[in-house]
Amino acid sequence: MRRVVVTGLGLVTPLGGDVETTWSNLIAGKSGAGKITRFDASNQKAQIACEVKDKDHEYGFDPNKRLDHKVQRQVDPFIIYGIDAAGQAIEDAGLEDMDEATKLRTGVSIGSGIGGLPGIESESIVLHERGPGRVSPHFVHGRLINLISGQVSIKYGLMGPNHAVVTACSTGAHSIGDAARMIALDDADIMLAGGAESTVNPLGVAGFAQARALNMSMNDTPEKASRPYDKNRDGFVMGEGAGVVVLEEYEHAKARGAKIYAEVVGYGLSGDAYHVTAPHPEGKGAELAMRMALKKSGLEACDIDYVNAHGTSTMADTIELAAVKRVLGDDLCGASMSSTKSAIGHLLGGAGAVEAIFCILAIRDQIVPPTLNLEDPDEGTEGVDLVPLTAKKREVKAALNNSFGFGGTNASLIVKKVD
Amino acid sequence: MSETADRVQKIVVEHLGVEADKVTQEASFIDDLGADSLDIVELVMAFEEEFGVEIPDDAAEKITTVGDATKYIEEHKG
Repeated sequence: MRRVVVTGLGLVTPLGGDVETTWSNLIAGKSGAGKITRFDASNQKAQIACEVKDKDHEYGFDPNKRLDHKVQRQVDPFIIYGIDAAGQAIEDAGLEDMDEATKLRTGVSIGSGIGGLPGIESESIVLHERGPGRVSPHFVHGRLINLISGQVSIKYGLMGPNHAVVTACSTGAHSIGDAARMIALDDADIMLAGGAESTVNPLGVAGFAQARALNMSMNDTPEKASRPYDKNRDGFVMGEGAGVVVLEEYEHAKARGAKIYAEVVGYGLSGDAYHVTAPHPEGKGAELAMRMALKKSGLEACDIDYVNAHGTSTMADTIELAAVKRVLGDDLCGASMSSTKSAIGHLLGGAGAVEAIFCILAIRDQIVPPTLNLEDPDEGTEGVDLVPLTAKKREVKAALNNSFGFGGTNASLIVKKVD
Repeated sequence: MSETADRVQKIVVEHLGVEADKVTQEASFIDDLGADSLDIVELVMAFEEEFGVEIPDDAAEKITTVGDATKYIEEHKG
């Protein structure tokens, strides 16, 4: 099987409009949470979110860097974030000027969990109030989930596989895993892979709140609300943004002298076969996905140095931890495990890709990001390094990233330093 | 420039993200301003809103330049 490495990264997150700003803020222990500013949320049960900041903010996002005005007007924010993150990854990989032969062998797999919910909401109001003749001709293709992959392919002339995963909060991890397989199976030499989400709109926030998934008890202390593994955790905080990586066949990357961040060595997938929103109480599906990824990687459990947990700040955190313990050992064989959702919230379909990038950066910089707000660890966390409150310098050669989604869909990725 | 032409130009600039000086009365939406057929549908909707006119599909199909739009609006607005 052909080997697959990561040669480019791109991020749009509540902590920054690019990779280095996001990463330095994450390592510094900053929180991206705040009161919702995108709309008046005063009548919502959940009034907080981790929003991508406007361009004039200290770590805001400027959509004008890589998208022209016309595209910005026509598409939902998740597509804007995805196109920009893909552009960053292409630039980081030094692939801005691909020749025609390379473009034929380069594909895109950038998905989303929900897609253009803000635009669906606003346009349905137009339909109701002003009639079908006022619905935008760009409505459909400005909201469709596969339209990041479509837009990126058109913008850069990429004619390889064009794919978009939709597996709720596992989307980002599945996107990278599936794309890595496309390269391994010789469907492409290069794949842009990742996920994006933006559902900080009235319908999105209300929907997750009604499903009892969001934190609704800490509206006055937004930065304290996402607190994975803490006894007082009470639901996730919605995030938004995108993460995209450039995956490349190893020999192809070496031949062009590309910077190689890490190798994608393991990928596991499973279904819980249990409940639409709740995880299996024993975490069986999570365990299956991790075991499959570990087996594929050829690594031993004790080779894993860092686990970026799904850890959404819900009751499910300790179910995941118990499953990780069964796979890696009661003390995780010395691995550190943190949930970066404590800082950036839950990016839903973007989460797995953004968190895979954090695993890659942990390997690059030999430091693991913290679990913020972990002040009073819940039962079952004893003897495990959950990296409370502050980042930690340590050796990181291999890292595991977990993502679990509604419907009981699980994905685990393992990335490893290339010697 | 007439008041109508001025307002038409503003709408085109806003929707297509092009420089104002390129939006001459002779400019073709597709050939000169980078629009596609869906952009024209959206522009026609914006003209209808702005000027309170109705532009039926068969008339909209004949609007290919900025001047065509200006002329139609001036002839039909209330």
